[in-house]
Amino acid sequence: MAETPHPRHSGLVRVTHWLITFAFLALLVTGLEIVVSHPRFYWGETGNVNTAPLFKIPIPSSRNMVPTGYGYVLPDQNGWSRYLHFQSAWVLVLVALLYGVASLWNGHFRRNLLPSLSDVSPKRLATSIIEHLRLKRPGPEEAWSYNILQRLAYLLVIFVLFPMIIWTGLAMSPSFVSAVPSAVNVLGGQQSARTLHFFLTWALVLFLLVHVFMIFLAGFRSRMRAMITGRAPGRGPEPGPEPLERV
Amino acid sequence: MSKLSRRKLITTGIAATAGASGLVVAAKLARRYGLVPPDSGGIYGPGETLTYAAQRVLTRHSLAREFSRSQISAKPFANEVAPMGDEFERHKQSAFTDWRLSVDGLVARPSSFSLAELKSFPRRRHITMIQCEEGWSYIAEWTGVPLSHVLERVGALPQVRYVIYRSFQPDWWESIDMADALHPQTLLTHEMNGGELPVGFGGPLRLRVTRQLGYKSLKYVTQLTLTDNIKQFGKGLGSAEPEGGYAWYAGA
Repeated sequence: MAETPHPRHSGLVRVTHWLITFAFLALLVTGLEIVVSHPRFYWGETGNVNTAPLFKIPIPSSRNMVPTGYGYVLPDQNGWSRYLHFQSAWVLVLVALLYGVASLWNGHFRRNLLPSLSDVSPKRLATSIIEHLRLKRPGPEEAWSYNILQRLAYLLVIFVLFPMIIWTGLAMSPSFVSAVPSAVNVLGGQQSARTLHFFLTWALVLFLLVHVFMIFLAGFRSRMRAMITGRAPGRGPEPGPEPLERV
Repeated sequence: MSKLSRRKLITTGIAATAGASGLVVAAKLARRYGLVPPDSGGIYGPGETLTYAAQRVLTRHSLAREFSRSQISAKPFANEVAPMGDEFERHKQSAFTDWRLSVDGLVARPSSFSLAELKSFPRRRHITMIQCEEGWSYIAEWTGVPLSHVLERVGALPQVRYVIYRSFQPDWWESIDMADALHPQTLLTHEMNGGELPVGFGGPLRLRVTRQLGYKSLKYVTQLTLTDNIKQFGKGLGSAEPEGGYAWYAGA
């Protein structure tokens, strides 16, 4: 075995990162496929083609009863899309739980994602925002740690966007809300949950696009290698007093 | 190999063995407590089984949300159905006086009820939402006889595990487990919003299953079959929907 002091990303982070990536992509494709069967969105409890939508997406539909203005109907893909959507949702939820519990336990959140108090000053934040806007390539020190904006973005995705999209998804389930009615009531209704679920999807897609762009900016090969094999240029900081693994 | 990695290997091995045997035990328990859906085979089986099992544990007795009269949708919507044919037209002309619901399978007294008889049975009504898997929905008041009452009347045998229900449309058939069949909101509906159930919405008789998506609320119900072995019907997937690629359990 080669001399590796410790990897850039722990095995758990690497494996869960890619499982969640694949689950998210499957959820995205199948989710959009399901939307195509009714590309109209509403607010409140109910909505159908007889009610005024909050907004519609100007695309053809896979069902002939939706008035889209297009003279044709797309092939219906809802069956397998729904099966795969829910199966991927299970993968995402279970893997995210494993990641979340392990990261609380081993200090990953505290050590690698929680910004230090000195970093959240307006001045530091402003500097980091300007560096990002100028598309400045990160220096070698960032090969082994996250900058402040990165940390805040990851925390937002982990603790706000993913929990919210899972919640709004569950709030659409007639069976789940029969047991937990408040899950949908506090959102303002089942159609509101569906609309929020759709917006949250785009928030996560936006994150994905920026994330991938930043990977290219920082060096696609080195960042991908770090997330796949764990190896990164240079030597990382010593593990410190906190043992990386509890044996 | 260092001491640490040997130790790691052994721990991983033990964890993997424990995990695998845990899965086997879980699968046995799930089967025993009826937590495996009929369409559990195939690549989407694991996800379907997790959904069905989790919801059966969580929602066995829960009631679907009921709404106030003011929340009833002013403009409900119903998907078009294929032309029903001459026989249905004749039923329609005679105001469905000859419409019958037959009940067979694992029952003490196989029976056939007219619409008038069903209407004379105890009624329950609820204002609930019906949600299509496509994403649209409406709220209506549904009135009918609880399915549990009909099952009691025909003497359902204790070993019954599923109720199969068939539509006048020959290719449409569905089934539900006993948690839904005996559920107090599961009604053989013959009225909607205080009037006759319109044909477009499934009249004269629609089985409302409140905790699942709209396609489980089958229209034009003509027959109930009680069984302990769902696999012997159709392709063994539980209903017509999985044969067309849709999940049998639609609690979502």
